Amino acid sequence: MLIKKPVDVRESEVTPQSWYVRRREFLQVAGSTAVAVAAGAAGPLFSGTSTVLAQNPAAQKLENLRKSALSTDEKLNSYRDVTTYNNFYEFGLDKGDPARYAGSLKPRPWSVVVEGQCGKPGNYNIEDIMKWFPLEERIYRMRCVEAWSMVIPWVGFPLADFVKRFEPTSKAKFVKFTTLVDTKQMPGQTEPALPWPYVEGLRMDEAMHPLTIMAVGLYGEVLPNQNGAPIRLVVPWKYGFKGIKSIVRVSFEESQPMNTWQRMRADEYGFYANVNPAVDHPRWSQASERRIGEFFKRRTLPFNGYADQVASLYAGMDLRRYY
Amino acid sequence: MTSTAAVRRIVKPVVFLAALGPFGWLVYNAFWGDLGVNPVETITNYTGIWTLRFIVITLAITPVRWLTGFNPLILFRRMTGLFAFFYGTLHFMTYFILDHSLVFAGVWDDVVKRPYITAGFTAFVLMIPLALTSTQGWIRRLGGRKWNLLHRLIYITAIGAVLHYFWKVKLDTTFPVYYGILVGVLFAARVWQRARKASPARVPVRANPGAPGL
Repeated sequence: MLIKKPVDVRESEVTPQSWYVRRREFLQVAGSTAVAVAAGAAGPLFSGTSTVLAQNPAAQKLENLRKSALSTDEKLNSYRDVTTYNNFYEFGLDKGDPARYAGSLKPRPWSVVVEGQCGKPGNYNIEDIMKWFPLEERIYRMRCVEAWSMVIPWVGFPLADFVKRFEPTSKAKFVKFTTLVDTKQMPGQTEPALPWPYVEGLRMDEAMHPLTIMAVGLYGEVLPNQNGAPIRLVVPWKYGFKGIKSIVRVSFEESQPMNTWQRMRADEYGFYANVNPAVDHPRWSQASERRIGEFFKRRTLPFNGYADQVASLYAGMDLRRYY
Repeated sequence: MTSTAAVRRIVKPVVFLAALGPFGWLVYNAFWGDLGVNPVETITNYTGIWTLRFIVITLAITPVRWLTGFNPLILFRRMTGLFAFFYGTLHFMTYFILDHSLVFAGVWDDVVKRPYITAGFTAFVLMIPLALTSTQGWIRRLGGRKWNLLHRLIYITAIGAVLHYFWKVKLDTTFPVYYGILVGVLFAARVWQRARKASPARVPVRANPGAPGL
């Protein structure tokens, strides 16, 4: 009998050698396209804004994606922008580190433990989770607390649908999320940069809001390791650090969880972390941001431009105090 | 050709070109290479770190002279100091133009509100009189003693630059601390030298005609 050994790293999750070797060429193409676009005036300095979307040709495509009315029609950041410039301290502190080192993460097989105040706790396989719901494309603005932003075409499903499946009880007031801890897969965890594991949380009404999604893909493909494979949170009206990656545990809680950055520096990062141009980070301004690909800064919008949908969640709250 | 003349004619131009290297790297990558996903951040960080490096190099010249007795090193101090100002100007202009769209009110708001900008801005502004008075003419006009006193502003610039770096980083203060230690050691060398000079028991052998001690 032939017993097939499960491959623990999908072909699609590895940057193909040929693609890696030719990376300069891709950049050159990106650069020259930008040059063409700018009628010869621009060089690769502008390649960040180029429209070349060099996806990973070996990645597994996610089919039959629904479009969403909640998507923005703003210009997308390129695949390169989204996958080579982000924070994921489990792989190092530099924003290029996740793309460099996330190859050691094994997003399959993967399971998510669901526990706490709910009717159906358990251990759920990622392959099953991805089949529970129709996948949607959600194009969202992403605003980092470091005052830069991108527009990203996520693929995922509403967190609300996910939550309802486990029948949270009336005691469930918050949802707590936890990232994997494994120094072999996440070499950055050998350094005590942050108290591992990374923990994030949402109030129940935030978790149930239609804008909040669990993302399993990007640019119509399975989520690359460096962006939080195989499953991560996306809450577009909050600073990016709320979007916890590579989730292994979801817990329904009675009291407000202590999220990692608040534990780390409570004077700089709070639980809510709603994008708010009126409340500065103690060390830098949040009034404006640099959209990756643009040279000048643009003004930051309250709730990252999603105020119409979410401001009511915080009616009567002092957002200076609950930053 | 005396050794000093050789340094002037051959080594100096080579060092000058080497000091332009980081700027060349930026220009090359801006037009024919790659400055990464966030080019503005790359330019800002790169010009910032090279400013600090040239400040440290400039501060190191005098102690290294004491240590090695190689006096022609003094011929490079003005040049490295001016390169610190050059990279500092690029750094400030990147911030002024691309972060604040040339609106000085925005810069001033940062200077008043944000300690890391207060420190960085102070460090930069104090380099301006040093760059302006770096010529032989100004040394003559001010006189060695006054000129020396004025140019001690570099110490405040160095402290400001390190604090600017330290307060800016989000989490990992390793490199700001390294630079802080370097600057601290270079300050300590001066204190030590001064104490040695003040002690009447020993007269240090220091032949450096026309060169200020600090």
